[in-house]
Formats: sequence, C-alpha cells, structure tokens
Amino acid sequence: MSELAIDVRGLVKRFGDKAAVDGVDIQMPKGQVWGFLGPNGSGKTTTIRMICGLLLPTAGEGRCLGYDIRREAANIKRRTGYMTQKFSFWTDLTIRENLEFVARLYQMPNRRTRIDDTLETLGLSDRQHQIAGALSGGWKQRLALAAVTMHQPELLLLDEPTAGVDPQARRDFWDEIHRLSTKGLTVLVSTHYMDEAERCDRIVYLAHGKLITQGRVADIIAESGLMTFRGIGDEVRALAEPLRHQPGVEHAAYFGAALHISGTDRASLERAITKTEHKKVAWSQVEPSLEDVFIALMSRTGGDRRSHG
Amino acid sequence: MSTLFNSFARINAVFIKELIQMRRDRLTFGMMLMIPILQLTLFGYAINTDPKNLPTAVHTAEHTPVVRTILTALKTSGYYDLVLETDDPGDSDRLFAAGEVSFLVSIPAGFTERLVRGDRPQLLIEADASDPAAASNAVSLAETIINQALRHDLTGALAHLAPTAGPVDVVVQRRYNPEGITQYNIVPGLLGVILTMTSVMITAIAMTREVERGTMENLLAMPAKPHEVMIGKIAPYLAIGGIQTVIVLLAAHYIFAVPFVGAVWLLLVGVSLFIIANLALGFTFSTIAKSQLQAMQLTFFFFLPSILLSGFMFPFRGMPDWAQVIGEILPLTHFLRIVRGVMLKNAEWMDINTELFAITLFTIAAGILAIARYQRTLD
Repeated sequence: MSELAIDVRGLVKRFGDKAAVDGVDIQMPKGQVWGFLGPNGSGKTTTIRMICGLLLPTAGEGRCLGYDIRREAANIKRRTGYMTQKFSFWTDLTIRENLEFVARLYQMPNRRTRIDDTLETLGLSDRQHQIAGALSGGWKQRLALAAVTMHQPELLLLDEPTAGVDPQARRDFWDEIHRLSTKGLTVLVSTHYMDEAERCDRIVYLAHGKLITQGRVADIIAESGLMTFRGIGDEVRALAEPLRHQPGVEHAAYFGAALHISGTDRASLERAITKTEHKKVAWSQVEPSLEDVFIALMSRTGGDRRSHG
Repeated sequence: MSTLFNSFARINAVFIKELIQMRRDRLTFGMMLMIPILQLTLFGYAINTDPKNLPTAVHTAEHTPVVRTILTALKTSGYYDLVLETDDPGDSDRLFAAGEVSFLVSIPAGFTERLVRGDRPQLLIEADASDPAAASNAVSLAETIINQALRHDLTGALAHLAPTAGPVDVVVQRRYNPEGITQYNIVPGLLGVILTMTSVMITAIAMTREVERGTMENLLAMPAKPHEVMIGKIAPYLAIGGIQTVIVLLAAHYIFAVPFVGAVWLLLVGVSLFIIANLALGFTFSTIAKSQLQAMQLTFFFFLPSILLSGFMFPFRGMPDWAQVIGEILPLTHFLRIVRGVMLKNAEWMDINTELFAITLFTIAAGILAIARYQRTLD
C-alpha cells in the first residue's frame, strides 16, 4: 500500500470546451489534514469529485487510497466519506432514518448500537426523530458529518462543510475533525475561511482549475514574498481606493478597522504611504497574514470566471 | 453467494428508505389511491359506447295510428328521446348546428295512405353523424324497431303488408357481454390504464427527485450499484400497484358487477408483470429526464398513445396496420388482452402466454436501457 492517501497527476476535467480543472497534481500523505482553497469556481469541487470517483477525469491519472480513480471507484466509495457542499441527505427522513439508510447501505454490523453511539458522540440523540429538512444549518452539517464518518472511512473529503454555519458550530466541527484526524483519518477540506485554513497541516491553492501554490501556512506566506503595512487612524476609511491604484500596491484591504496594503516591493509601498501623509493615519509594517497572501493571490490570478454554476 | 447477499442488503436499504419517503409524502400517496377511485367513477359511470335517450325532433304531417305506433316504438326502444316537434321539415340544419337534437324524424304527408296501398313509403331519419359512435346504434336499429312495431298493427286485412323474414336467418350471438354493457369492457381496461399512468409517473419522478434535490450526488458517493438502486426504488411501488389492483377489482365486482370468470392467479401474474414493466419504463424515463417536470412530460408522451392505440378507447383491430404495430409495442395492449381475456372470457395460460411474453420482453428491454443509461458518475 502506498503511503499517499491521494496521489493524482495531471488531472483535467473539461465541461464542453471549458476546463474546470486543468492539470492538477496532489500528493497527500495519509493521516494529515489538508485545506483546499481558492476562489469560487476555481475547480475545488470538481477535483474532489474526481478524487472520489464521482466524475471521470478528461485526462490525467490518479489513485485514491491506492485505488485507481478511473477503474476502482467502487472500492474508493466504500473507504471514503464525502460531504457535499450542499446538504445532500434526505430532508424528508429523520436524522435517525438517514443514518439507518447509510448504515444499511454500508452493511454495518451492530447497526442499532452503532447509530446510537454516533448520535451520542455528535450530540444528536435528542433530535434523532426530527425531520432532517427542519434542522438549522449547523445541525444539518453535524448530521452530514455523522453520516459520512459512520462507516469509518480512511479518507474524508469535505466540500466547504462550514459554509453558512455559526462560529460556535464551526469551532465544534473543527474540533471533531481534529479528533478524527488523531485517530488516523486523512482529511481534505475545502474552505473559504482563513482561520480554518490555518488549522490545516497543509494548504493547496487553486485558481481557474490550476494549482497555484501548496505547502504549510508559514511557507506559503514566506514564498509569496509579500510585505504588508498596516494603517490605523480615523481617516483610514478613505484611503483604500486611492492606495489600491498606486504602483507596487498589490492589494489594499480592511482587516477590522485597520487597512492593510501589501506588495512585493518595499520602496513602492513606502512611496505610496508617503502620499497619504496629510491624513491622520499611523502606519507600521506587520507580518502578512494568510488572508493577505490569498487576497494577493486572487488579485494576481483573477476571481471567479465561471459562466455556469 | 455473499455478493448476492450484499446486493440484497443494499437493495433493502434503498427499499426501506423509499418506503419511508413514500409514507411521508402524503399528497403523492393519497393521489396513488385516489386516482383509481376517481378514474373508476369518471370512466366507469360516464363512458357509454352505446348511448341511449338521444334527443330527437319529429316532423310529421299526419297523426294516424300508424304514425303514433312508429313514434312510440322509437321512444320505447330507449334510443330516441322525442323532445321536440317541428313544423318545418327543413329545420334540421338549424337544430343540428345548435346541437339541440341528434336526430330529426320526418314523416311526410300521405305516409299512412301509401303504407296501406303497399307502396313502401319513405320515412326520413336525419342523424347528426359528426360523432359516428353516437349515432351508429340508434340508426342501425331504426329499421328493425319500426318494422317490428308495425308487425303488431298490420293485422287483418293489412296482414300481407307485414314484414316477412329474409331468405337467410342470421343468428348473432353476442358472447361474453350479451347486453353490450360498456363497463364490462371499460372497467377491466381501466385497471391497465391506472397502473400505466401511476406506475410510470411515480418511478420517473422518484428518481429525478433525487437529482433535483441534490441527493443523487450522495447516493452516487455511496456503494450502491445501479440495479440495486433500481430494484430498491421500484419495489415499494409494486405494492402500491397491488393496492390499486385490489381497489379496481373490488369496484369491478361490487359496484359495476363485471363478471370474473377466469382464474384469479393468472390475472395476478399478468398484473405483476405489467406493473414491473411500467416501473422499469418509469425508471428509464428518470434516467433521461433532467427534472421532475420533464419526467412528467415523458410520462404523458407515453401515456397518450397507450390510451389511444392499445384498444382501451377504440377497437384495436379497427386501426390501420401501422397503428397496430405501435400498439403491439405498448405493454397496455397486451395487458388489456390478458385482463379482458381472464375476466370476461375465462382465458387460460395457453391463451395469454404470448401476451405475458411480450410484456416480459418489454420489461427486459426497458430494464437494460435504464441500467445502461443510469449515470454512475455526475458527468
């Protein structure tokens, strides 16, 4: 058995004449938690679907848990848990009925106790007879996670699992992910949240179907070569727009009340700042955050260019 | 053997899920039970291929006993309802155009006199034949009705004028349904129509619903094979079809008094095969349709020729050859022969096995097409 949970090379997926994924390589070791980032439409979902055998790649080869993603999809499906971006369990079944269906389909032994345990661990016992469709976003997401992990998969593929979920539920969700990870589960999770990305062992960044960068958070920040200045003051609100157009400023964005401007050339950044001296703003250089890096990456590579959903 | 067991376990999982969903979808579930009742009421009571009491206008220039006899005979035959007397023999166009009457009976002046003279006077019945079925029985029986009535009047000196028997004694036996009761034909046929409509539609929808709600992606990500999903999804509706069959058969017996002379088990074999054929077709539709709406449209696209070309509405043998060829493809055609054969004519295994075979063939073809078209991926 290979030590890589995911090993895909040159993955391409075309819909019509448009490439949703265009030559992606991912080598992901077992037991890690990887974050999958990129703007909407960058090909994250399509890549995940190809990895778990839900879409046939137009070109490229790969293995998932040692099985060929083209020919051995059935084996992959049995050993992975895939949580879709949109809630895809049956809204007209109760929580328990959904879990029972999954348990039967995977032919789990001791079904009843297994479901009881799962409900208990996820704190769903009290709600087990509620119709899934009537649950709030956070509970739906818990149910989905319970359902995709109940058959004890080796690999978990989570497609924006925390979109539209409140901060506490998000926190609980990630605690659960890390708990599963310590048991040896490999997790690939796509997200738009930087705090979630920072909790990952590694990050893969996609844009327009191409893999732009990957690595540890610190490495990605270092590799970007970005420098960031932070401005604080009463009049900082008016500065983003003029600064954005200064030469050498790759992006200017607010982080709370502060304005961050980033670029790779210190001299031009400082020149831009001196032009705003008449405003009452205090500037200082700060360590660029992951978000600074991603905003810069997005402005370098462009945003969502999809023509369809 | 263990793969078969695994397969069965997965079919069972889909089956139970489908059963719960079906139970929870009260509207659809209710509709499945209401459709047979509604259709039975509508078709069973409303359709009559031998219409009687048709509104008739009379124009008569004289009021002799002979004329009275003729008019009374027309009336008591049950076909003619004399609603209107008109003075103008040219009135028919207006009356027909307005749809006030279906017939205009004209008895000219001097009719009785010429009858007594033995001149074979003419009596004109104008019929609104724009709907041939509505007019046909009343018209074809008119001569018999009138002549038979006159036979009683033409006695004594006039006896020689009474109609005599023709050179050939034609004996017609109307078998299986001697009284020509429309319901004997319609109600068993309705069983086929109801099963076709609901079975095809419900499976077509059940599958496209998964796609529309986004649960298909989930189903595909789990280890169920296409045929397992298909069998598991179809099975609960087989039970629904069974319930519908019971409803129709009970109504046929207790409400419409349709005879059941054949073997019940044989009919049940036919019904089961027929339901499976329709469910398989519905599943095939669901692999073609992209939405529940399209699934509905496909169902009706199939339903219409089924009703028109199967022999349910119109006599199958009366259709042109090409229409019969299309009719032979439809499972309803074969089912109608089975259900009418078993219920009315005591048809046995040997009489209907070709029909059973035809339905089986259809099922296999639809099943193969469905499995081939079932998307294992989201492509």
